[in-house]
Amino acid sequence: MPKVYENVGCPYCGCSCDDVRVTVSDDGKKVLEVENVCAIGTEIFKHGSSEHRHRLPRLRQPDGSMKEISYEEAIEWTAQHLYKAKKPLMYGFGSTNCEGQAAAARVMESAGGCLDNCATICHGPSFLAIFDNGYPTCTLGEVKNRADVIVYWGSNPAHAHPRHMSRYSIFPRGFFTGKGQKKRTVIVIDPRYTDTANVADIHVRVRQGHDYELFDAFRMVMHGHGDDLPDVVADVPKEQILQVAEIMANARFGTVFYGMGLTHSDGRNHNIDIAISLMRDLNKVAKWTIMAMRGHYNIAGPGVVWSWTFGFPYCLDLTKKNYAHMNPGETSSVDMAMRDETDMFINIGTDAGAHFPIPAVQHLKKHPWVTIDPSVCMASEISDLHIPVCICGVDTGGIVYRMDNVPIQFRQVLDPQGLLTDEELLNKIADRVDELNAQGA
Amino acid sequence: MSELIIKNGYVFDPISGIKGDKADIAIKDGKIVEKVSSKAKSIDASGKTVMAGGVDIHTHVVGPKVNLGREMRPEDKLFRGDYRGGIVKQGYRMEMGYSIPTTWKTGYAYSRLGYTYVNEAAMPPLMAPHVHEEIRDTPILDISAMPVFGNNWFCFEYLKNKEIENNAAYIAWLLKATYGVGIKVVNPGGTEAWAWGENCNTIHDPVPYFDITPAEIVKGLIETNEYLGLPHSIHLHGNNLGNPGNYTDTLDTLKLAEGYKAKNKFGRTQVLHNTHLQFHSYKGDSWGTFGSAAKEVMDYVNKTENITIDLGCVTLDETTTMTADGPFEHHLMELNHRKWANCDVELETGSGIVPFVYDKDVAVIGIQWAVGLEIGLYAKDLMRTFLTTDHPNGGPFSRYPRIIKWLMSKKARDATLDSMKRKDKVIAATDLASMDRELNLYDIAMMTRAGPAKALGMSSMYGSLAPGADGNVSIYNLDAKKIPSDPELIEEAFSKTAYTIKEGVVVVQNGEIVAEPKGHTIWTKVTMPENLQVMRDIKEKFTKSYTVNLENYAVFDDHVYRPRALEVEVA
Repeated sequence: MPKVYENVGCPYCGCSCDDVRVTVSDDGKKVLEVENVCAIGTEIFKHGSSEHRHRLPRLRQPDGSMKEISYEEAIEWTAQHLYKAKKPLMYGFGSTNCEGQAAAARVMESAGGCLDNCATICHGPSFLAIFDNGYPTCTLGEVKNRADVIVYWGSNPAHAHPRHMSRYSIFPRGFFTGKGQKKRTVIVIDPRYTDTANVADIHVRVRQGHDYELFDAFRMVMHGHGDDLPDVVADVPKEQILQVAEIMANARFGTVFYGMGLTHSDGRNHNIDIAISLMRDLNKVAKWTIMAMRGHYNIAGPGVVWSWTFGFPYCLDLTKKNYAHMNPGETSSVDMAMRDETDMFINIGTDAGAHFPIPAVQHLKKHPWVTIDPSVCMASEISDLHIPVCICGVDTGGIVYRMDNVPIQFRQVLDPQGLLTDEELLNKIADRVDELNAQGA
Repeated sequence: MSELIIKNGYVFDPISGIKGDKADIAIKDGKIVEKVSSKAKSIDASGKTVMAGGVDIHTHVVGPKVNLGREMRPEDKLFRGDYRGGIVKQGYRMEMGYSIPTTWKTGYAYSRLGYTYVNEAAMPPLMAPHVHEEIRDTPILDISAMPVFGNNWFCFEYLKNKEIENNAAYIAWLLKATYGVGIKVVNPGGTEAWAWGENCNTIHDPVPYFDITPAEIVKGLIETNEYLGLPHSIHLHGNNLGNPGNYTDTLDTLKLAEGYKAKNKFGRTQVLHNTHLQFHSYKGDSWGTFGSAAKEVMDYVNKTENITIDLGCVTLDETTTMTADGPFEHHLMELNHRKWANCDVELETGSGIVPFVYDKDVAVIGIQWAVGLEIGLYAKDLMRTFLTTDHPNGGPFSRYPRIIKWLMSKKARDATLDSMKRKDKVIAATDLASMDRELNLYDIAMMTRAGPAKALGMSSMYGSLAPGADGNVSIYNLDAKKIPSDPELIEEAFSKTAYTIKEGVVVVQNGEIVAEPKGHTIWTKVTMPENLQVMRDIKEKFTKSYTVNLENYAVFDDHVYRPRALEVEVA
């Protein structure tokens, strides 16, 4: 009899939907059906029982081929290289659970290396702005139950977060929002007429790379200088700026969801900084919150876990052994790789091979490279060692943090068939590094 | 079978009434016992002060807002202290942060002060798995966490209709779902109002839409708490915190407990714990006329047996304020214009965070400092008056030794007062300069161990050296017969124990971490008949209003670490 699992968490985007229904074959090895989930989420569950999954680590041979080895050998290889390396870097974690992220912190503290997560190439600018200006936010249920004005700025959930609008923001009927979309005003600010803009009441077509100016214009209005605005700011007519500002100031409860259109266009962290300042202005007259559209289902996780572990969310330099150091630009992965500062690289739960600039990858490739990931990806294929692990939410459960930092408890639906979890693997590596440290001391 | 005996120390144990007599304390298998065999490991405590492990009744050390504070304040890590800058790494993990230390530093630092059990004062139920993850990574300490109920939609609806039994069934369910220990109330109604940008400043301001007042919420929760017979009473952070003239609101709030009597099997006698009273005891009608109302408030507390309080002292440091009182933090940001975080939590609560510098040269801050100490010095019953800073709000817990110094030494208080630029203004607005009282070690043992443990309903486990209690002991380098005339030596002695013993294991020796066993998660398990109405209401709210499925909301058992339940049965 096939088995049906309800309330399953989805390991795709930052929506971290927890209402998935998965039907699994009698032997617990095959996903038969996936319901309630977007097209991308479906594929991740289906991939869980793909015949093409590797189930043993593979070590590169002198002739360039990859040969399967045991987990014990892979753990020994990784621990020995970590012990020898002066400045190893472990990077990734968009697709791992928090238990794995905590174990990774232990590994890199013992090994005395650097530790970083995908925020370094996506929402790192948000962290920089939060350090300077704070973060007035809320959980997604507050948006669902209260929000009468929704702003998507530089984000396109129709493609990147497929169920965001239906579960949390525009369409749901919440406690104080019983009429759903009918009673909400949706504003999309984007240089492109995206599929999200297509469902908006107002599309503000900001000039690409000029978001900061538009924020500044809104702040001028909030500070009573609306009359002084030029006729056009960042390609947006004054009338539209005044119209949107009026809507925002009269909101009962508003939320700005912003994405990489702000963090990775001109202005970067300054865009987020001024967005937060605009929230401070708006909270004098209305109620407003802001939220980063975090990309992966648990990319909020490492920032959370490492803040309680080290006090910093990303770009951690633990080489000092007695204390942690963080200075993005100096201790951020891409910068270190570009300067060829690291002498070992562990890619985990992401694909640096696909996401990093080519010169950074070329430098990293000069040194031992380990990829810990359930899938075959560009990073795994250029690695010296690829260690397959469980897929969180499929072969193992664990805690993940949704984009609003709400912890969601994921479930296991498939038999892991001998695969280790990130946590098990990393704790074994940490145990071995501790032994080597003790022998060396 | 492990045995330990602590010999010849001056023992201060208010629970057994030992007031500094020389006595031996025996521990076997982690518990205090009458005696041990001759094979027991022996610790010579002669010339030292021996107390039960410290109990912190109100602190913010684990959970989402604490952690957002850590995340948004990298500069807090630049306070190097003795344990940064490459000087020492004592435990297995590094220690980071000052006002909001990492979980590892929290465990180590409390242990060095001789504390072994702390109560996290605010857990948003929706975020409970996060709280338990941090408990897992906090070494040594036993930890409990109180879910917040003062702005919870279920409670609003039940209490508005006077359905105490249903409210009790809901709270029992939620304590199990979150592995929580008791009922926390923060700015009742005000945080829900803040979701619309408003607040409830007095106990009679109605909560928008829900048509209930803070007074009704507090009384209803007291009734619910006593209906259930929970170990702790309701734990209240009242309305209008931090504002000039708020002491009248505080007295109004305290009077809500009149006529209620504690009903429980845990030895607790209060029905209301009013936390961080310092922040609620101000006179004046503006910052210019700001003054102390410690006397007025403590006169009421002293004559009212069914109330306990904690101080919430200001330590004159740079710190990070954080509370589920969302509107207060917004208000504070409007005053100091520093960075501000806020997080409203669906159906349940909210929170805010603002860094704050308690600059001793600012008159209002000097007055706040004096108010906290005055509350301790005006207190007649120190078994009902506990030492806290509302960590990290009035200052970090690592300053407890300094507060002990101030409470024990007028000389130390005068020296601090003398160093203030606005000294005259502080003296004029407070009574502190004229107060000669100096607390003794027995008083301190009541305020830091025995009293909080009793108020939490846990004096058979914690804050006690009586047989049967957990083998948690702190030994201070302080000769009780020769208290040093230099108050700095008092602070030093309380800063680093000679020994801290956790369940029979020496965890600190000469102020250094030497072992780091894992602590327990303390929670309250209520057994009561199933309430179909409440279960139906819960299902309905999760279907319609929450964004997390009901089946994923309760913390999974394997995400709770070494739980230890206090059991309550309701027929």
